[in-house]
Amino acid sequence: MTNEIVELTLPSRIEAIAEATAAAAKIANRLGLSETAIYGVDLAVREAVTNAVVHGNQQDETKPVEITFINLAMSLVITVRDKGNGFDPTSVPDPTLSENLLNPTGRGLLFMRTFMDEVEWTAHPGGGTVVRMTKKL
Amino acid sequence: MAELNIKERQAGDVTVLDLDGKITIGEGSVALRSAVRRLVEENKKKILLNLAGVGYVDSSGIGELVSSFSSVSREGGQLKLLNLTQKIQDLLAITKLLTVFDVYEDESSAVSAFK
Repeated sequence: MTNEIVELTLPSRIEAIAEATAAAAKIANRLGLSETAIYGVDLAVREAVTNAVVHGNQQDETKPVEITFINLAMSLVITVRDKGNGFDPTSVPDPTLSENLLNPTGRGLLFMRTFMDEVEWTAHPGGGTVVRMTKKL
Repeated sequence: MAELNIKERQAGDVTVLDLDGKITIGEGSVALRSAVRRLVEENKKKILLNLAGVGYVDSSGIGELVSSFSSVSREGGQLKLLNLTQKIQDLLAITKLLTVFDVYEDESSAVSAFK
């Protein structure tokens, strides 16, 4: 599936997260990624979509989450866009610092960065935030 | 079928929760939170979470384990973990939470570690 693009638009509800991860795992599997890499992509997509649904769109079902999977020659690029009020990843404290270990939240970005090769956040010109995650093939 | 099935049993004065399924945002995390809260209300404050059947946890699930640990500790109890799958062990290592939780690979050692 060279240069194949798969697009998903999901409502901002918790159930949509599993739908997104199922699509991610299916695509990663089709690309021949290892079981470990598929798990990592699945978890990173789960965290990105969770952030979009819960924090970006505040579970407002009138605001969609747009997900794109792009198979480039040497990488799988996944983007997740919300329609929220913007997000600054530097505002999230490092969850591995001793003073933050008992925080119940704030580990999703760490998982995304751990399991993907590149992760970056940008403000979309049309509003909301786009997280772009790359997994090298 | 529920995302997370929880079976409760006693090992002496330690309450063991055998967890089977996923601990993820939504149903799984809520089920764990409710089970731990109920035990604390029943004054069962020595809690061993057997995670042998848990193959998938996300950051919300990890957060729920942390919240459970904190709430039980706050009430003067103890919460320990048993039989981590490799994936959960890796996530606890990444998050440096292996320094927070008491983790055991066999139940008798875990049960006898409660004071």
